[in-house]
Amino acid sequence: MPSTERETSSTAVEPSSRPVPIPSASGNALAQPTMRSIGKAVGAASALTLPTPDASPRVRSAPQTPRADQPAEIHAELAAEKHVLQIVDFKLYYGKTRALHGINMGIPSNKVTALIGPSGCGKSTLLRSLNRLNDLIENVRTEGSIRFNDQDIHDRRVDVIRLRKRMGMVFQKSNPFPMSIFENVVYALRISGENRRKTLDEVCEKSLRGAALWDEVKDRLHQSALGMSGGQQQRLCIARAIAAEPEVLLMDEPCSALDPVATAKIEELIHELRQRFTVVIVTHNMQQAARCSDYTAFMYLGRLVEYGPTNTLFLNPHLKETEAYVTGRFG
Amino acid sequence: MARSAYENYSRGKSGLMFAICVSSTVLIITVLALVTGYLVSVGYKSINWSFFVNDPIDAPGLAYGMRAGIVGTLILVGLASVVGIPVGTLTGIYLAEYSGNSRLSGPVRFIADVLAGVPSIVVGILGYILLARNHYNGWAGSLALAFIMIPLIARTTEEMLLLVPRSYREASVALGATKARTILKVVLPAAAGSLITGIMLAIARVAGETAPLLFTALNYDHLTFDLSKQFPSLTVKIYDDAVVVDPKHNGAARAGILVLLLLIFTLNLLVRFTAKAVTRNRTAK
Repeated sequence: MPSTERETSSTAVEPSSRPVPIPSASGNALAQPTMRSIGKAVGAASALTLPTPDASPRVRSAPQTPRADQPAEIHAELAAEKHVLQIVDFKLYYGKTRALHGINMGIPSNKVTALIGPSGCGKSTLLRSLNRLNDLIENVRTEGSIRFNDQDIHDRRVDVIRLRKRMGMVFQKSNPFPMSIFENVVYALRISGENRRKTLDEVCEKSLRGAALWDEVKDRLHQSALGMSGGQQQRLCIARAIAAEPEVLLMDEPCSALDPVATAKIEELIHELRQRFTVVIVTHNMQQAARCSDYTAFMYLGRLVEYGPTNTLFLNPHLKETEAYVTGRFG
Repeated sequence: MARSAYENYSRGKSGLMFAICVSSTVLIITVLALVTGYLVSVGYKSINWSFFVNDPIDAPGLAYGMRAGIVGTLILVGLASVVGIPVGTLTGIYLAEYSGNSRLSGPVRFIADVLAGVPSIVVGILGYILLARNHYNGWAGSLALAFIMIPLIARTTEEMLLLVPRSYREASVALGATKARTILKVVLPAAAGSLITGIMLAIARVAGETAPLLFTALNYDHLTFDLSKQFPSLTVKIYDDAVVVDPKHNGAARAGILVLLLLIFTLNLLVRFTAKAVTRNRTAK
């Protein structure tokens, strides 16, 4: 690299913010122009190679210690949506450390909402709060409320088991159970006491088709799920999550361990899934958020910074912090 | 290109490491082969059909065998397993899955560690005081063996369950499974192979125990199924026969050791094959 492009040799940008060329999901007409324009924006940013946000004359630095009075910038378009989940002044503590500082946001139904932000900003924590999976972790305490179809999920009358059945979840690393492919898919049904062979067979096929996996595995449904490839395993996890017909599908960096081809397949799938489910996806990959989401929320240091339609947020963000992040200048 | 001195040094160190590991392995295999070879060479002469079908009774005209001891050991170890495997496994599940940071978990874990290291003769004396005082009986013997098994199984179960990735538990819970279902259907099957190995090691360990039985079941020269009285076992019989000065008894003791080894070995293989079959069935139904 010519020395003029870098001020010092130690100003390497973190890998997570470096633009990674990933083939876009094929036939995804909606995402194509967005993808290209963002590619340009990110490409331009990488030529600048700024060591820290403070060193940039053009971008105001992100607050290192966020002010408590700083409200999130929420775009007007969101007010028009019907929200299936309403997060109100939600705070979460790990012991004495506050990980989420008063999050206020609604999740629009039958849309894909992406949560982006640098590592440790609380995206996953927020996602795991939605189905109360953080209950499994010791010393986690929450304040504020999360309303799911107008019922507070922390209400004492809420059956957390039933709540989780209404929200499917896909994890960062594919985690099929050590059982057959078939048993993995129908696990949620078995939990509900469904043992009729016919129903199980039907749901298994429907879910695997829904996860675009049926044709690949229909001949080996009763073999171990652990013999599948990484991308297949992740799609199996999606099939498992949608088998119980949840209302919301939570995805925690579902593609971070996959190669570009498998990633493209999953992204295509996410695009189709939103016709049936509300999808909330946490991602490190901004191109991915741009390609497959309708709305994007940018989080930083446990706060919601900006939240709006994906196109606007990436191409015309309201805040400098958001611009700096989505163009890869910090994070 | 010539190697630098440091490269030579680090290559040498790497080779040395390899050599040490290999020689240690060879040493241990040699010792094992010597012990087994010796036992076979001295024991095989005394092993014959009558050894398995006759009881150890010294009477003119009667053939001497160890049937009572072999059957007795199988019964004692079987009963000990019936008590020890569930209690040990459930304790291990409690430690790994339920205790969390509760105030009970630390002490339980500590006690299990101490118990796992208690010399078996101490367990024998405890069994004598609590269960057998003045009246040796088979129940006391099997309970003493169970008492040795429980901490061993509990600790291995805990460790094996903690190796199961947390993502399995999270995925299961996120699908709306209860904790019990998650443990029974996902966590335990995922650890099944190593759990069975741990249980097997515990069984092999108690099958070879003598001291706890000396204080609880003692011995009996006839084949019996009455556990409320003195009860025969192979290990105590071997001990008795080995310490007397009599070629017939000594020979029987040597044969008995060989049979005990074979018994444990067979058990080992059986459990291993069943474990494998179970795993195969689960993943490819």
